[in-house]
Amino acid sequence: MTVSSAAPVPSLEVSGLAFAYPDGHQALFGVDFTIHRGERVALLGPNGAGKTTLVLHLNGILGGGTGTVTVAGLPVGKQHMAEIRQKVGIVFQDPDDQLFMPTVREDVAFGPATAGIKGPELEQRVRTALERVGMQDFADRPPHHLSFGQRRRVAVATVLAMEPEILVLDEPSSNLDPASRRELADILRSLDVTVLMVTHDLPYALELCPRSLILSDGVIAADGPTGELLSDEELMRAHRLELPFGFDPRSVTTSTRH
Amino acid sequence: MGAGHAHRLYRQGNSPVHALPPHTKLAAAFAFVVVVVSTPREAMWAFAVYAVLVAAVAAVARVPAGFLLKRLLIEVPFVAFAVLMPFVAGGDRIEVLGLSLSVNGLWGAWNVLAKGTLGVAASVLLASTTELRELLLGLQRLKLPPLLVQIASFMIRYGDVITDEMRRMRIARESRGFEARGVRHWGVLAKSAGALFIRSYERGERVHLAMVSRGYAGSMPVIDEVSASGAQWSRALALPCAALVVCLLGWML
Amino acid sequence: MHVPDGFIDAPTSAATGVIAAGALAVSLRGARRELDERTAPLAGLVAAFIFAVQMLNFPVAAGTSGHLLGGALAAILVGPCTGVLCVSVVLLMQGILFADGGLTALGVNITDMAIVTTVVSYAVFRGLVKVLPRRRRSVTIASFVAALLSVPAAAVAFTLIYAVGGTTDVSIGKVATAMIGVHVLIGIGEAVITALTVGAVIAVRPDLVYGARGLQQRLKLRVGGELVDAPDAAPAPAPAAARSHRPLWITGLVTSLVLAGFVSFYASASPDGLEKVAHDQGIDKTEKEHAAAGSPLADYGVKDISDARLSGGLAGVIGVGATVVVGSGVFWVVRRRRSAAEASASSTGSAA
Repeated sequence: MTVSSAAPVPSLEVSGLAFAYPDGHQALFGVDFTIHRGERVALLGPNGAGKTTLVLHLNGILGGGTGTVTVAGLPVGKQHMAEIRQKVGIVFQDPDDQLFMPTVREDVAFGPATAGIKGPELEQRVRTALERVGMQDFADRPPHHLSFGQRRRVAVATVLAMEPEILVLDEPSSNLDPASRRELADILRSLDVTVLMVTHDLPYALELCPRSLILSDGVIAADGPTGELLSDEELMRAHRLELPFGFDPRSVTTSTRH
Repeated sequence: MGAGHAHRLYRQGNSPVHALPPHTKLAAAFAFVVVVVSTPREAMWAFAVYAVLVAAVAAVARVPAGFLLKRLLIEVPFVAFAVLMPFVAGGDRIEVLGLSLSVNGLWGAWNVLAKGTLGVAASVLLASTTELRELLLGLQRLKLPPLLVQIASFMIRYGDVITDEMRRMRIARESRGFEARGVRHWGVLAKSAGALFIRSYERGERVHLAMVSRGYAGSMPVIDEVSASGAQWSRALALPCAALVVCLLGWML
Repeated sequence: MHVPDGFIDAPTSAATGVIAAGALAVSLRGARRELDERTAPLAGLVAAFIFAVQMLNFPVAAGTSGHLLGGALAAILVGPCTGVLCVSVVLLMQGILFADGGLTALGVNITDMAIVTTVVSYAVFRGLVKVLPRRRRSVTIASFVAALLSVPAAAVAFTLIYAVGGTTDVSIGKVATAMIGVHVLIGIGEAVITALTVGAVIAVRPDLVYGARGLQQRLKLRVGGELVDAPDAAPAPAPAAARSHRPLWITGLVTSLVLAGFVSFYASASPDGLEKVAHDQGIDKTEKEHAAAGSPLADYGVKDISDARLSGGLAGVIGVGATVVVGSGVFWVVRRRRSAAEASASSTGSAA
């Protein structure tokens, strides 16, 4: 565990979270973990482990089970919903779902504008967010004229514009070609926000996240430095996590940096 | 009638017409068409003047005549109707080239053709000089109910995405050797349509989730607004005003 | 069938514009009830779907093909109010972006293609679903009949608008015969496609078919080895909507029956129905003489009907009559079978 004692209030604290869908399918069976400010953490797990369910709890879209989620000291619940949604920025898997406005600029502006920001301040937010993902030249384009990788970057910008406490990415590397994948990694590394990255892409997790959580069957099955977890063949097999052919986590050293 | 829905009419440009605020153009096009429709059909010269006015606007907007004329093809089903009208309409009849034609039918055909053509021409000019996004802003500015503008905006945003999904489904069908040839293949096509609906609806739900995640609580923030100066309004309204003068003359003469 | 400018005179266009605006206002409020705050994205996506599906070509024979109009489909899948909104937005965008349908004719186009089709088809659909045994096949049958009636209903609406404000003096009898005769044919295609599409959706996601939400069975949960009723998952708008739409579907059903009656009246008034349809469609271009000629602009229609009724029409009667007979036949048969079927209905209702 890489607990940094410097941060008094963790960015995200989940404790005892259990949840069943209305159809009776129980997805979470008591999830506990804490993410401190500035950390980059990967949430790994096989299909059907409850990853998406967990993500939708982080900003209160799902709720009604037991346990608590606290974002920067604020409990997720009805009374602080607007604030919570501003603090937890979720980047969904399909950028076409995320980019619903007619132009990139309006899409990036949507979050802050809903929070009541207007005029030059709004413009400033939009410009900064787009610059952080290197998309400032595409502000007036309609999203469907962009490449998939560009759309994914704009999707990140839409969330950054809200200046969130924690950035949650759902499968950020899916459907990206190697170049876009690397560009996105560079962008994510350059951001100074807390990141929780939900992924199947183990090399990507190793590259970007010093720490990983394994969610399996609705509980956190392991929590530790990414390199160590990925090298533990027993653990990996037990949770249906497989490294790509020929990939040896012990030979990679990037994750220790930054 | 199914043809031609898909391709966009907008033509990039920076003419004075392109530069006008969208709501002034919408209002002008609408007013122009209203005036045209209200003109008595006997005033044939008036329609000639309207055509000249439209041509003048097209010239200012630098929309080529060929483009405008090609788009008029959308009218074809009604042209067919208009052609038939002199044959089926009642009233006095005259002999033209050995055919017995109804005088009223001829007037009717002329009326529909002239007004319909001018209407399409005005719409084409509007669509070819105004971007989609701008049109939505214009509609918003003209006080169309916000929910309606939002629906239209989502429809435009996702129209291509859904059409693309439909195209991919067709390719998938054809790759497996299926080709719809007649009525007995409707079942397969309808299954695709059903699947497309489910995908569209589920995407709608996901879009809603993404909106809620960014603070949406039932009303869209107004991010952009368009405004027009008096000069811009008067430039845009020059067309319908000129047309109105012609129309009034048409009634008096 | 997008009406261009100049086909309907200015006052009538304005009046239909007012009707369309009023109906849209009602639908906007109704859609919020059907979909709450999800209205904008969901209705937008459904509108995009309708827009796309209108481009899906259904081959008929020998190179010809048809496409869905979508009013009935939208009404059944997402409810009448959302359906009206979706189709109206599609029409609005087609008018503004593609010059398809005149700007001044928007009111006419929205009234007959968005409002009449959705309301009639939804009313017929709900009516049939109530009467038919509670199973999936009934939904398909109801969709078929609903779509079948919705298209000629739009043609009737158009004919009425034409009767009030048509700019040409083709007699109403002829317009009615041609419009309705052709649209009965189109309606058959629409009905088959709509029924198949609704059937495809209901096989996979029955919960998404707005008009059939009442047919779903209660959710069962396995708790400690025992099956119990699930608590109401979400305050689903469907049951409430179904209740509040009861008056709507009754009026709708009555309206469509009245309309059908009106149709057959006019249709039978035409002296040579089949020939006329053929002629108006350009199949028989050489014919010149017409029995019903001679009604001037001032009193078109009236004179025409009185003498034409003697001759009796064919196409209109066959088309509309068939529609009405099929519709009422289904009603009648089903009502008789209903009591017998009721016992088995609950067991075969929903299997998903």
